[in-house]
Amino acid sequence: MIRFDTVTKVYDNNSRPALDAVSLEVDRGEFVFLVGASGSGKSTFIRLVLKEDRVSRGAVYVAGQNVANIPSWRVPKLRRGIGVVFQDFRLLPNKTVFANVAFAMQVIGKSRAVIRETVPDVLQTVGLEGKNNRMPHELSGGEQQRVAIARAIVNRPGILLADEPTGNLDPTTSMGIMKVLGKINSNGTTVVMATHDDDIVNTMRKRVVELRNGSVVRDDAQGIYIGETGVSAQ
Amino acid sequence: MRFAFVLGELGSGLRRNLAMVVSIILVTFISLTFVGAAGLLQLQINQMKGYWYDRVQVAVFLCVDNSTSPSCAAGPVTDDQREDIKATLESASFSEYVSTVEYESQQEALGHFQDQFANSPIVDSVTADQLPESFRVNLVDPEKYEVINEAFSSTPGVDVVSDQRELLERLFTYMNVASAIALTIAGVMLLCAVLLVATTIRLSAFSRRRETGIMRLVGASKAVIQLPFVLEGVIAAVIGGLLATVTLWAVAHFALNGVLAEMYPETAFISSSEVLLLAPLLILLGGVLAGVSSLLTLRRYLRV
Repeated sequence: MIRFDTVTKVYDNNSRPALDAVSLEVDRGEFVFLVGASGSGKSTFIRLVLKEDRVSRGAVYVAGQNVANIPSWRVPKLRRGIGVVFQDFRLLPNKTVFANVAFAMQVIGKSRAVIRETVPDVLQTVGLEGKNNRMPHELSGGEQQRVAIARAIVNRPGILLADEPTGNLDPTTSMGIMKVLGKINSNGTTVVMATHDDDIVNTMRKRVVELRNGSVVRDDAQGIYIGETGVSAQ
Repeated sequence: MRFAFVLGELGSGLRRNLAMVVSIILVTFISLTFVGAAGLLQLQINQMKGYWYDRVQVAVFLCVDNSTSPSCAAGPVTDDQREDIKATLESASFSEYVSTVEYESQQEALGHFQDQFANSPIVDSVTADQLPESFRVNLVDPEKYEVINEAFSSTPGVDVVSDQRELLERLFTYMNVASAIALTIAGVMLLCAVLLVATTIRLSAFSRRRETGIMRLVGASKAVIQLPFVLEGVIAAVIGGLLATVTLWAVAHFALNGVLAEMYPETAFISSSEVLLLAPLLILLGGVLAGVSSLLTLRRYLRV
C-alpha cells in the first residue's frame, strides 16, 4: 500500500537528512507504528506519503503509484485516498461536530443526501453518536480527536495516517482512541501511526518501525518500544 | 453541491472581510469611472469628428438672405454665380489643390444638421432656408487652405470660406488632453485597486488558512479551494464597475444631455445610451484585473 524505496529527504543542505535512504513497505490492511524521538523523521514520512514534500532521492509509492509521477492536478485525488489525523485535531472551531465531518465531503462535491446518510454512521464508528450538534469547544480532547478521526475516514480512504494522535491526551483517553483506530484497521484500512508513546505501542502489539536520525533502526512484526531515555518505561 | 459550497465559502469570506471588500468596491468604482470618462470623451470626439472632420475640410458658404459680408451685398447667391464658383473650383487651375468638390443644398444641410443634433432641442426650431448652401471642398493638401480662401472669399455670391478643421482640431486637442489626464488618473487608481485586491485576498487566505489546510488534506481540488477567494475579489470589482456605470450614465444623462445640451444647443453631445456600450468593457476590465490579481496572490500565499 505504501512503499519507500531508499528514500532520502533533505530539507536544508547544511544539516543531516530528515530521512536517510529509508526503505520500507506497508501492506494493505496493516497497522504500523512509526516510533522514534522528535526529529527522527516520522512527520517527514507522513508528509512524503501525502506529497506535501518532494523526495530528494529515491521513490515513494502509494497504492502502487510513484507519487513523484502524479501531476499536481491529480494530487487531490491521491489525498482523497488517504485520511490524516494530527496531534492538534485541526477542527473548525465555528462548525458543529456534524459540520466538521461533513466539510470533508462537501469540499469534494458529495451530495447533501449522501452526507446526511454517511456522517451519522461515521460518528457512530468513532463513538460520538448523539453529539452531532456540539461545538468543538464543548468536547473533551478525546472527543475532539474522535471528530478528527471521523473526518479523516468519512470519505473511506484506503490509508489512515495518524501523526501523534494521542500526543495531547491522557493515557485512558488515548486507549479509547487506539480502540477506534484498531476498529478502523479491522475494517480493512491501512493505518500508519507515528507516536512516541511506548505504553500504547506495547499494549497494541502491532508492527513497530523505529526511526532514529532519519534511518530505520528496527522493524518488528509484533514489537515493543522503549523510549530512548527509558523514562516512561519505568 | 460543490457550487453551493463555494458560494457558502464566498459568503463567509465577504462577511469576514467586509471593510476590505468595501474598499475594493470604492477604489475600482472611482478608477473605472475615470476610465469610463476618458472613454466617453473619446466617443464625444469621434461623434464630432464623424460628421465634421471627414467632410468639412474647407467649406465655401454661399450667400443667403441674411448674410452680412460685403460680397453678399447683392443678396442671395444667383444660379449663375453658383455655376461660376463650381466651374472655378473644378477648373484645371485648381485641380492641383482640390481633390473633390461636393455641393450641399440647403435641404441637405438641414438633413445633416438634424442627424448631428438628434439629441438636441434646437433641431425643431431650424428650417432649411436658415442654413446656407455650400461647396464642400476636399483639399489634396489640407494645409493649402489659404489658396481657396484667397481665391473665393471676395467672389460675389460667396459668404465666407471657412476651414473648420483648424477650429475643431484645437477643441479636439483639449479634449484629448482631458481624456489623457483621466486615463492617467485611472491608471494610478487601477494600480491601487489591483494592489488592494492582492492585499485583501492575502488577508482572506490567511484568516481562513485552517479551512484551506483541511480542504487540501481531504483532497479538495485547487479550483474549489481557490474559487471563493478569486470570486471575492472579482465580485467586489464588478460591483465597483456597476457603480461606475451608473455614475457615468447619470453624468451623461443629467449633466451632458440635461444641462450642457441646453446651454450649448448647437453642440452635439453623445447620448446616455452610449454609456451602455462602455459598461460591459468597464465591468470586464474590473473583473479581469481583480481575477488575475487574486490568482497571482493565491499562487504565492495559498498552498494547494
